[in-house]
Amino acid sequence: MFSSNARNLIRSSLINRCKSTLVVAEHNNEALNPITLNTISAAKKIGGEVTVLVAGTKCGPASEALAKVEGVAKVLVAENAAFKGFTPESITPLVLAAQSQFKFTHILAGATAFGKNVLPRVASKLDVSPISEIIDIKSEDTFVRTIYAGNAILTLRSTDPVKVITVRGTNFAPAAATGGSGAVEQAPTGDYASQLSEFVSQELTKSDRPELTGAKVIVSGGRGLKSGDNFKLLYDLADKFGAAVGASRAAVDAGYVPNDLQIGQTGKIVAPELYIAVGISGAIQHLAGMKDSKTIVAINKDPEAPIFQVADIGLVADLFKAVPELTGKL
Amino acid sequence: MSRVLVGVKRVIDYAVKIRVKPDKTGVVTDGVKHSMNPFDEIAIEEAVRMKEKKLAEEVIAVSCGPPQAQEVLRTALAMGADRAIHVEVSGPEYDTLQPFHVSKILAKLAQDEKADLVILGKQAIDDDCNQTAQMTAGVLDWPCGTFCSKVESSSGELTITREVDGGLETLKIKTPAVLSADLRLNEPRYATLPNIMKAKKKPIKKTTPKDLGIETAPRVEIKSVDEPPVRQGGSILPDADALVAKLKEKGFA
Repeated sequence: MFSSNARNLIRSSLINRCKSTLVVAEHNNEALNPITLNTISAAKKIGGEVTVLVAGTKCGPASEALAKVEGVAKVLVAENAAFKGFTPESITPLVLAAQSQFKFTHILAGATAFGKNVLPRVASKLDVSPISEIIDIKSEDTFVRTIYAGNAILTLRSTDPVKVITVRGTNFAPAAATGGSGAVEQAPTGDYASQLSEFVSQELTKSDRPELTGAKVIVSGGRGLKSGDNFKLLYDLADKFGAAVGASRAAVDAGYVPNDLQIGQTGKIVAPELYIAVGISGAIQHLAGMKDSKTIVAINKDPEAPIFQVADIGLVADLFKAVPELTGKL
Repeated sequence: MSRVLVGVKRVIDYAVKIRVKPDKTGVVTDGVKHSMNPFDEIAIEEAVRMKEKKLAEEVIAVSCGPPQAQEVLRTALAMGADRAIHVEVSGPEYDTLQPFHVSKILAKLAQDEKADLVILGKQAIDDDCNQTAQMTAGVLDWPCGTFCSKVESSSGELTITREVDGGLETLKIKTPAVLSADLRLNEPRYATLPNIMKAKKKPIKKTTPKDLGIETAPRVEIKSVDEPPVRQGGSILPDADALVAKLKEKGFA
């Protein structure tokens, strides 16, 4: 008994001197958001023990899934009505409580609307400079990210004692969802309910299609579609591939499709196997969101459109003729 | 509500194709067209609309940066801001200035100026950080409404609609608060010539981080700035048949 305690003591003091990473999980009280698996991969690349924090009003599904993820040592669970709507004002004090108990060297989350919302607030409370949307890890303190809409690659070294980082999901393969045996523990308890903000409601776009950021194939439309009704052409084409449908900013601004379909610098960043850009000119801001796709196909009637400079396969044609023809022949 | 503080950043114009410096220390900024960060135009527009609806009494524009930052402050004044504060930071100090530092400067100014609301753009299109609003709120211990596409104000409370990954969500937040503007919050107005002339007479107060008691010691070391890998444009196909064949060849169909 004594010897095993002593061994644990030695082991834990060794780990304390090493790196340890907290991953703030993203979920919707029903299922884990897959980007958490990409973030866990980034955490593993840093090295050291990986702990995942699950906060929400219902944490069962996400924490059960996370305990099985390969490489996860510990899952901290904080189930509390205070976390309704995952507001940063309620999640931040929880992360700080976990940090003060476990002294992590790195705190990570996926670079989603959730991660981008919460982590900079955490960083400000820890008095450190956060690092947004990394695409690679050179060492425990040196990271790579894009600036200027993906037109320059910045390698930076952080001099802060704790590294607070969001991770671009498409640049890290997801961790295996099975094979792990993480210990599930209670997160530090406290009064996390914030009087500052209150979640009211959400209005999510319903779709049977795959989620945009994880889709293997994406069919995307721009201003060239001319109307929201014409997007039906793209849905029909997407059905042939089991693809997700995306859009350029122009198509969203014109009201053809909802904003959550926007791909680009300020929308979603995607990197599918196949990206089919239809009626999209290829502005810098759009390319920022899709130019890491494996194969890019462009269908545009303007042979001078910048999209053809990045497309592997181009078709100079009227989309209203070419897309139905393509759909018919696939 | 009485006073709104708006942060504006001078950045390389969104339409410019940037060039990385051969020595890999950064991107070429000399002689390159700069303008106000597009998200900040939206932030100013929202503040000015609040004033027009008598929800705000005064709009103060703030910019941290070299002397040329005053150009974007003049633009903000021409759009309807009442006065401006220029926090001068230049040279190597500006190269390593992070949202970390700017958020402390903005928080100090929000307190000094007794602001009830701070509105910022959701991200600057140069560093693409998307941090300053969240961090300013953190420093002040105020609630933060990020990625706003709609803001409605009632006494001591704001109802905001946010752009989130799956769609939209609505929150109620207490003021004082920090908001970050998303693209669809509004359509910024153009500054008219008479307003540009009037803006020349509006006051710009100059200060420095040191005057405000804010440290600007670097938190990051820039190791290198590189060109991204270049994609080669591929083949142009004659018709849909050729495209179908190509997709089949690549195993997609």
